Amino acid sequence: MSITSKDDLLKKQIEAQEEINSYTCRILVCSGTGCVASGSQKIYDEMCRLCEGIDGVEVSMQKDVPHIGTIKTGCQGLCELGPLVRIEPQHLQYVHVQVEDCKEIVEKTVLKGEPIDRLFYKHDEEVCRQPEDIPFLNQQTRIVLEHCGNIDAESIDEYIAVGGFQAVLKAFFEMTPEEVIEEITKSGIRGRGGAGFPMGKKWSQVARIESDVKYVVCNGDEGDPGAFMDGSVMEGDPYKLMEGMIIAAYAVGAHDGYIYVRAEYPLSVARLKKAIAQAEEYGLLGDNILGSGIDFHLHINRGAGAFVCGEGSALTASIEGKRGMPRVKPPRTVEKGLWEKPTVLNNVETYANVARIILDGADWYRSIGTEGSTGTKTFSLTGAIENTGLIEVPMGTTLRHIIYDIGGGIKKGAAFKAVQIGGPSGGCLVEKHLDEPLDFDSVKKFNAIIGSGGLVVMDENTCMVDVAKFFMGFTQRESCGKCGPCRIGTKRMLELLQKITEGRGELKDLDKLEETAKFIQSRSLCGLGKSAPLPVISTLQNFRDEYEEHIVEGKCRAHVCEAMKIYEIDPDRCKGCTKCARNCPVGAITGEKKEPHKIDQTKCIKCGTCMENCTFEAISVK
Amino acid sequence: MLDKTYYDKADEVIAVYGRKPASLIPIMQDIQAEYRYLPGELLNYVADEIGVTRSRAYSVATFYENFSFEAKGKYVIKVCDGTACHVRKSQPVKDAIVKELGLADGKCTTDDMMFTVETVSCLGACGLAPTMMVNEDVHPKMTPDKAVKLIRELRGDKA
Repeated sequence: MSITSKDDLLKKQIEAQEEINSYTCRILVCSGTGCVASGSQKIYDEMCRLCEGIDGVEVSMQKDVPHIGTIKTGCQGLCELGPLVRIEPQHLQYVHVQVEDCKEIVEKTVLKGEPIDRLFYKHDEEVCRQPEDIPFLNQQTRIVLEHCGNIDAESIDEYIAVGGFQAVLKAFFEMTPEEVIEEITKSGIRGRGGAGFPMGKKWSQVARIESDVKYVVCNGDEGDPGAFMDGSVMEGDPYKLMEGMIIAAYAVGAHDGYIYVRAEYPLSVARLKKAIAQAEEYGLLGDNILGSGIDFHLHINRGAGAFVCGEGSALTASIEGKRGMPRVKPPRTVEKGLWEKPTVLNNVETYANVARIILDGADWYRSIGTEGSTGTKTFSLTGAIENTGLIEVPMGTTLRHIIYDIGGGIKKGAAFKAVQIGGPSGGCLVEKHLDEPLDFDSVKKFNAIIGSGGLVVMDENTCMVDVAKFFMGFTQRESCGKCGPCRIGTKRMLELLQKITEGRGELKDLDKLEETAKFIQSRSLCGLGKSAPLPVISTLQNFRDEYEEHIVEGKCRAHVCEAMKIYEIDPDRCKGCTKCARNCPVGAITGEKKEPHKIDQTKCIKCGTCMENCTFEAISVK
Repeated sequence: MLDKTYYDKADEVIAVYGRKPASLIPIMQDIQAEYRYLPGELLNYVADEIGVTRSRAYSVATFYENFSFEAKGKYVIKVCDGTACHVRKSQPVKDAIVKELGLADGKCTTDDMMFTVETVSCLGACGLAPTMMVNEDVHPKMTPDKAVKLIRELRGDKA
């Protein structure tokens, strides 16, 4: 079937809505990467199997033939509680669903409408039946993620039913390209990929340049470790991203678009491919979209495992089939991007905002967020926190609200230490920043960046020097090697951090770290190099005492750094079985049979073998 | 000299993406997906066919982490050491796997070509850290014990 006009699309929408309404019950199985990992595919298969069988049995017994739909949705957000299953129209949210539960769900809830109490989430002993009862979910503002978890991520019909492609209609038939750009500019939206460049400005620059060929490119190379927002959008609502790109193409006059997806996201690639094929079949991508005379073709490129390809010029080089190395700018991507042509390059989340801005207007969008940072921001909330998952909140929300009200506080009631924001290009925020608003400009003041939106919460069991070393190790490994400051500088900084965590540090190393950091920041070729030292700078600023403790006292308070661990045998628990002494690779443990053993600290190489093998849990680490 | 089937496969893949330099990366990806590594000889062939120099093809292949000139095991285990996984203790998981497979320093593929162990920076399932991926399947909330158990299960299907 082909949709070749405005009327066709409206007709299709009504059809698709009727199809959805004809279901007496819909089973929504979360199929985000997190829930798939927890086994949601098995749940989906089992539900399909069960419903098919019951349909057949019930046909003759009931007047209304139950028409049950089982769909795979995108990330519903609460990854920690997966696999998640929601039952509509009763609007019941089940968590931690196992294959064994499926039968009961179908028999009780689907057919009789009876809830199953044990499958509900409990918050402070209170049962949360509906998603809105769960604190994690009811304190969000969902624009980018509005359909994520509510529609079938593999059905363009469902997207059309909830108003999909209406923004394309409005843009194509009621607005000129200039008006589209004007609306985007007025909305104040800034790029969600890290730098926060105004989207409208970028579009108007590309639109202004005379060129037969222009490109619209989407950066889906979400490389920051600890971030999975863009992946979740690509998996959960690929159509929304597509719609944003079609509108961008219309606004700037491009006919080809590319989505560059990270290699580690096979599910995103699969869903996008499916979405593109469906849109092409309907004629919503391709030549003469909706009879408007506008052509737009969308292609997918898979990344091949290089963090630096998240940088604009490296990304376009990679699409061209080259090594993904950034180049000297100017000229910038808007002037000479993909194949040296004017290119609009935005990230997934940014494009996913476009449709709503066009439909509801810039004024509405501006009413959300702060003056300088409008709209919402998605964050992936991970680390030492009770409820991990995907959230979307207005810009300017405080960290305290995110961590304590939405995230449920620190895991196991441990003490809050820091939040790493913006991945390896970002920094850490600490206790004193908890009540500051999170937006582009305020976070920058604290030597951190919003970045793409990864929030990794750290508690007292995290060593900040180790965290700095971890990020430096990452950027050093991922440095493309083109410019010296980044290639050599990150290596030198990593060596200094290794020296400190291995107990060989000197106080002057801290000055050297700072000096090298400044050098890399000011002289690197691309944004990744320039921001690479940030994790070290911000941890040095906030946790200098911890660095000094490592150096002066040889102590790691979080008991993370191997070289600073001290293994001890509790004489009361030790039964003298001699197992540890036999296992110790360096013969550091001595003692008589049936007598408590002792570890010679001068010989101990901190390998931990003794503790691992102790039958009586008599060995502890300090 | 590789078997003719390799060249047939390469032709097939080239036909999908087109004989142009920009197709280099997707072609290499599909070949690697087929053979679990990138045979150097085949890369030369592809380079000649799509009109890029061999040196350029090699420079691209060596730039990206996903390409490997060495054959990988039947199961490629990618242990995630992203920030969230790191903070939730992914290193002991990796250590346990390496120990279970008896991989000595630096080696990442077992002699029987069953397993290859790698570290990756983020799998995007941070909510369930620490995670790891076995081929295309993501395994959540790993512990050293769970990892060892999984490897033993995978080994079981060898027979």
